[in-house]
Amino acid sequence: MIALTIAVAVAVTAAAGLYLALSRDLMRIVIGLLLIGSSANLFVFGVGGLGQALAPLVEPGLPAPDGPVADPLPQALVLTAIVIGFALACFAVALVLALQRRTGAADAGAMTRAEPPARADGEPGDLA
Amino acid sequence: MSALLAVSPVLVPLLTAAACVALARRPRLQAGMSLAGAIAWLACALLLVRAVGGGEVLVTRFGDWPAPFAIEFRIDPAGALLIAASALLAVLALAVPARGGGTGMHSPLRHPLVHGLLAGVGGAYATGDLFNLYVWYEVMLISALGLIVLGGRAQHLEAGFKYLTLNLFGTILVLLAIAGLYGLTGQLNLAALVQALGERGDDPLARALLALLMVSLLIKAGGLPFFFWLPAAYPVLPPAMLALFSALATKVGVFALLRVSAGLPAELAETFLPWLGWLAVAGMVVGVLGAAYHYDTRRILAFHSVSQIGYMLLAVALGGTMGLAAALFFILHHMLVKSSLFLLGGMMARSGAGFDLRRSGGLLAARPMLAVLFALSAASLVGIPPLSGFWAKLLVVRESFALGQFAWGAAALAVGGLTLYSMVKIWIEAFWKPAPETTNEVAPGPPRALPAGAWLASATLAGLTLAVGLAPQPLIDYLQLAAGAMLAPGAELPR
Repeated sequence: MIALTIAVAVAVTAAAGLYLALSRDLMRIVIGLLLIGSSANLFVFGVGGLGQALAPLVEPGLPAPDGPVADPLPQALVLTAIVIGFALACFAVALVLALQRRTGAADAGAMTRAEPPARADGEPGDLA
Repeated sequence: MSALLAVSPVLVPLLTAAACVALARRPRLQAGMSLAGAIAWLACALLLVRAVGGGEVLVTRFGDWPAPFAIEFRIDPAGALLIAASALLAVLALAVPARGGGTGMHSPLRHPLVHGLLAGVGGAYATGDLFNLYVWYEVMLISALGLIVLGGRAQHLEAGFKYLTLNLFGTILVLLAIAGLYGLTGQLNLAALVQALGERGDDPLARALLALLMVSLLIKAGGLPFFFWLPAAYPVLPPAMLALFSALATKVGVFALLRVSAGLPAELAETFLPWLGWLAVAGMVVGVLGAAYHYDTRRILAFHSVSQIGYMLLAVALGGTMGLAAALFFILHHMLVKSSLFLLGGMMARSGAGFDLRRSGGLLAARPMLAVLFALSAASLVGIPPLSGFWAKLLVVRESFALGQFAWGAAALAVGGLTLYSMVKIWIEAFWKPAPETTNEVAPGPPRALPAGAWLASATLAGLTLAVGLAPQPLIDYLQLAAGAMLAPGAELPR
């Protein structure tokens, strides 16, 4: 049951993120990418196996416990991924704010300064 | 001692970056520190090449955990040589002095970011652990983004945004694929993972996750159909940084693909590598057509990178010792030649009328030495003997025909013709054509002196492509050895 819940959550978050990322508004694109990143984090969390298990801690000198032991690695992985994702999120939001302040535009389709479109006669445009 | 040497690809740039942050208020001292750090990195990389030059693999497991549980740095001959080549390019790019405003070259953040990028590159070449690879990709991504937006103008921000969206999506896919493969096999160590996949054979889930991993690495490598971040972002960079990016950014993705595909068991390789080959051929053609259309040196060369990445991926798809050696040879050749061309493009722009070829001309008379260097590098890119590009293409084409992939070999030859066309276009427009009439009445004074560092860097690179072209056999021997080491990963793993 918990596995199904996580699976649905991953799918819904990824779908919502993809929907936002495919729009033309810059801030929506960033939020969409962050949502996709969150769904990836949830997926990483889920691959360790969900359900009842013993903590993966063994006292010194004692034998390993019987029965299933939780996999501690996905938690370490997901923590790393969250930290990295957080840094990139801050950068991305700051970049979009700077772009909007500089150009006043929030439309991804209007971003042609680094890739100027062809001139009217079909020749390549000028790059400053 | 050898453990310290094994982590030096990451440790040296990180320490240099920290020192450069501390020296942020003393620009001259910071530039000196940065160059010294890059030279130290090169020295460490050369020591690594000497240590693994006999075909050994230097494996360091952190925390002394047993294989395959430890995060390991496994430096094989190929990785060591690629780190050394990256370090050489870093030294040369940092030797080009900062000139002109509005490019971010004077920012106190530039040197720390460059070394952050180098640390990511060193880690990505050194690591044998997939999750660790993801972390180094993110280190590279954030440093590269910083360098792109450092110019601060609207075009830099826009280029940075495009780079961010496509590459961030790529790293998320890398993470998803790695996590899925871990869930399936319980392995993060690349060698152990590939071995475990071989035992699963026909599992469709394993195949889907492996495909996801290869697609995400293709985004990082700038392969078709995922290359769009490359020509969007590269042209706004100042030439010295452009040379560095072209030598580092995509090569790491190609190398990771090389490592993954080298270890694949035969039945998985038969499924995936033909796809990779056709995508590579399509990338070769699309990239060179983009280059043929454009008139801005930076955009021409950026599209050429897409085309050349196609050659590298084609060699990866051919597989086997010769295919992998050809891919490695092509990567090294491209690092030298494309960086040299980007630097020369910057020097041409400085001595003429900017990067747009339609407005430049007359450089053959004004700058004969520049013409010689450009002709050497461009001929090498086209693949004219006796330059490194000839051998790189020969290895790829010969292996295509040897394996019966005649369409791939023919495409590689035809793309060479189109490469010649766009290089000749630069030559005619910038060097042969008389300088265009200047509209303003100011008489053109004596040409501005070009910085000695830029001459040094581009002459070194052009000399190296000539040297490799004249005596390719030692390099080919070394790379065959390296390819052999890559084809048998995890020989030391417990079965």
